[in-house]
Amino acid sequence: MTRTRQPRDDDTVADDRVERERMENVRPVDWRNPLPKQRYDLVVIGAGTTGLVAARIAAAKGAKVALVERHLLGGTCLNIGCVPSKAIIRTSRVYAEMHDADQYGALVPPRIPTDFARAMRRVRDIRARISRSDSAQRLTAAGVDVFFGQAAFAGVDALTVKDATLRFRRALVATGARPDFPSIPGLAEAGYLTNESAFEVSEAPRRLLVIGGGPLGCEMAQAFCRFGVQTTIVQKRPLFLPREERDAAQILSDAFAREGIEVRLNTRVVNVRAAGGEKIVDLVSDDYESTVTVDAVLAGTGRVPNIDGLALEAAGIDYDTRHGVHVDDFLQTSNRRVYAAGDACLAHKFNDTADASARIAVQNALFRGRQRLSALTVPWCTYTDPEIAHVGLYVRQARERDIPVETFTIPMHEVDRAIADDEEVGFVKITVKERTDRILGATIVARHAGEMISEITVAIVARIGLRTLAHVIHPYPTQAEAIKKAADACVRAGAMSRAQHPAASAVEDVSRIRPR
Amino acid sequence: MAHSAPNENEALLDGIERAAFDYFRQTANPANGLVADTTRERWPCSIAVVGFALSVYPVAVERGWIARDEALESSLTVLRFFRDSDQSGAQDATGYKGFYYHFLDMRSGKRTWRSELSMIDTALLVAGALTAGMYFDAETAEEAELRAIVDRLYRRVDWRWSQDGGRTIMQGWKPESGFLHYGWEGYSESIILYVLALGSPTHPLGPDTYKAWTATYQWENLYDVDFLYAGPLFIHQFSHAWIDFRGIRDPFMRDKRSDYFENSRRAVLVQREYVRRNPREFVGYDEECWGLTACDGPTAGDAGIEVRRRLFGYAARGVPYGPDDGTLAGWAAAASLPFAPEIVLPTMRTMARRYPEMLPDHRYASGFSPGLVDRDGKYWVSPGHYGLDQGIVAMMIENHRSQLIWRLMRNCSYIVTGLRRAGFSGGWL
Repeated sequence: MTRTRQPRDDDTVADDRVERERMENVRPVDWRNPLPKQRYDLVVIGAGTTGLVAARIAAAKGAKVALVERHLLGGTCLNIGCVPSKAIIRTSRVYAEMHDADQYGALVPPRIPTDFARAMRRVRDIRARISRSDSAQRLTAAGVDVFFGQAAFAGVDALTVKDATLRFRRALVATGARPDFPSIPGLAEAGYLTNESAFEVSEAPRRLLVIGGGPLGCEMAQAFCRFGVQTTIVQKRPLFLPREERDAAQILSDAFAREGIEVRLNTRVVNVRAAGGEKIVDLVSDDYESTVTVDAVLAGTGRVPNIDGLALEAAGIDYDTRHGVHVDDFLQTSNRRVYAAGDACLAHKFNDTADASARIAVQNALFRGRQRLSALTVPWCTYTDPEIAHVGLYVRQARERDIPVETFTIPMHEVDRAIADDEEVGFVKITVKERTDRILGATIVARHAGEMISEITVAIVARIGLRTLAHVIHPYPTQAEAIKKAADACVRAGAMSRAQHPAASAVEDVSRIRPR
Repeated sequence: MAHSAPNENEALLDGIERAAFDYFRQTANPANGLVADTTRERWPCSIAVVGFALSVYPVAVERGWIARDEALESSLTVLRFFRDSDQSGAQDATGYKGFYYHFLDMRSGKRTWRSELSMIDTALLVAGALTAGMYFDAETAEEAELRAIVDRLYRRVDWRWSQDGGRTIMQGWKPESGFLHYGWEGYSESIILYVLALGSPTHPLGPDTYKAWTATYQWENLYDVDFLYAGPLFIHQFSHAWIDFRGIRDPFMRDKRSDYFENSRRAVLVQREYVRRNPREFVGYDEECWGLTACDGPTAGDAGIEVRRRLFGYAARGVPYGPDDGTLAGWAAAASLPFAPEIVLPTMRTMARRYPEMLPDHRYASGFSPGLVDRDGKYWVSPGHYGLDQGIVAMMIENHRSQLIWRLMRNCSYIVTGLRRAGFSGGWL
């Protein structure tokens, strides 16, 4: 297999232009911080998703807003997290489909050369394009004073950025999170990639070891493997994605094994050392010791909040290094003038949750809102192939709270479109409160589970019962029809155990006349 | 298919049950009573297989296959071995805290394969010992000795230690690295383990442990069947070999208006629906040919077989998510006989007729792959036999025919206490 293609000069030139454009948007080199206003209604620290959303909303409502960023506008999500990783996952899926072409009735290309550098250029193009919407210039035009520099609290209602002092009526800590580096002997000395730096390399390593089987580790391992990288993933727990249900994690393990990822569960990395350009990694599983030699190690797939340098003590803000800034259900900190949102304080470190929490914090901080974080229904998705998406309660959580539940399960092999797409691995499981159709949660494992979970989220938020979804026409054939099938099963189960539900017979009739 | 005469069925069942029992006589070491895990060369003893052996000796006596004395002798030999075994927990001991290592050397009885101290396998061994204790009830010196040993073995198991301070029982322990946890969640074959651990007069678990374990249950509606979900069939069978779950219910099953016996019946229905759909389009699967469970299967290295799909070797196959590589276990269908005889009997006959090579001399191979054919046109069949498969087949056929084991164990006070402490009530309890 041809591994990489040498970049041509014009590629490099184009690359530079793209990166210049992005930097011009996210961190203009000739930027001068504005003169601070006498007092801001809201000072937002951190210009990632949370900070950008908060600053824009507050400014749009007429508040005087300052936004302080120590590095790049856009934060983790745009620059190093969600967007780059999804762009690279897209490319990796193309390679996977080329290799599996005969499965789809197409011919496998005789040669499938990979070109990591080309994929990375695409990432940078996409990043530059998305960065335009939140450029420093646009934020300024929207009425936000943008300051670059490290913010540090200088009292309960003031903070400093470089030489300037910003006084505020309210402040929002939105500093996000960064990779959590495992303390493994030799790792730091040997050097390693993180989910941040992995997208800055121009050439893929030949052999890669990924430490950590959480969502980020799983996504990265699969993506790199599909680029032809010989990949090993080491997970200290017995299953991947420990939060997800067993079947979901098992399906993922099977998919990894099928693709040739070397899966090491129940295994710890105990030592790393560099020798002759290689990295030698010692592993222990129970009492079994082994050594793996690779070209790169990817670590830091956990996330820890960014709170260093903020001088939170000066403002009387409680925090700890593991959970970040302490907030109540209204996102208020121990300093009533200061709120926090996003990864800096939340257990769910997701872009969408950061966005939602920013809206709550602005409303509560500036407009006497009483919105609660706990009222949010937070779905999430791991962007492996298949994707694993979840919303609401897990069965285990419901049972621990003594809520009787039943789950309607539709394997994807029951869904015509999934069969046509040859994407039958996975399931839709929708959990309802027993003897009702009230949806408490759902897990979807499917190629596009992230897209499908939203229907369930809408139903939970709008309190739409599962039986009602049986009346909703889902375009045939689509994979989302799995959800309707679960709803139909719920109707049938109800019809069997209770007085006939009025819709049940109608549902049966529709499915009978459907063209197959 | 024409309805078979009852005596035809009896002959089929009798042949299979007898062949299953013979496994234990053929593979036991008469010196210490240990029984091999499989018929393969140099294979060690599995303690769970000893549990099955202790349970089927009474069956063989009642069927007239061996004399009571012979059964007593075999049982006593192995029980004495465990009584006197090294319980130091050393790397080459036999056990620790009343538990035993999963695999033991057939001759020395010491730990082999660096295996783990296994909680579930110890439970299966102890369940077998208790079965022997219930069966050999005569007031003779030897039978009294047997009962005393059984009691001692049961009482010395430190079930509480196996929680390692947690809410549920850990799944293993090694002298080199301590407790192991494989993340097994949800319904499993562990009811027998929890019932034995709850019923102990010496080291009982707290009743909250059973609740903590069952908190991981998933009640699912799959293919329009409501049931307590577990993919592989053996999970729906193993505890049932000893405990008659008909009509007795724990809080979970009371809430679901079902019981574990009915649940195992529904697992058969789900299995049948899966093969009917046969999503991976494997050769041979149909309503009268199924049995996805933990069994031996082909691997990529097997001679003469060229295949592009992934093969899993020995694996816990299950429905509907797999793994499924086209391998079925005839014994897994047979071991569901008590739950759904009207489905299982025709399945047993059909599978035996279509695939006689997976039932040589009436004894089931661990697994076979109807669609995986070598150059000579022969489909893949797991070589030799596995003790677990033979044990569960013999016990479940006997329970279907005479309910012998169930009747014995309904009177076992430890089991009754354990069931009650787990919250079971109703029916024979």
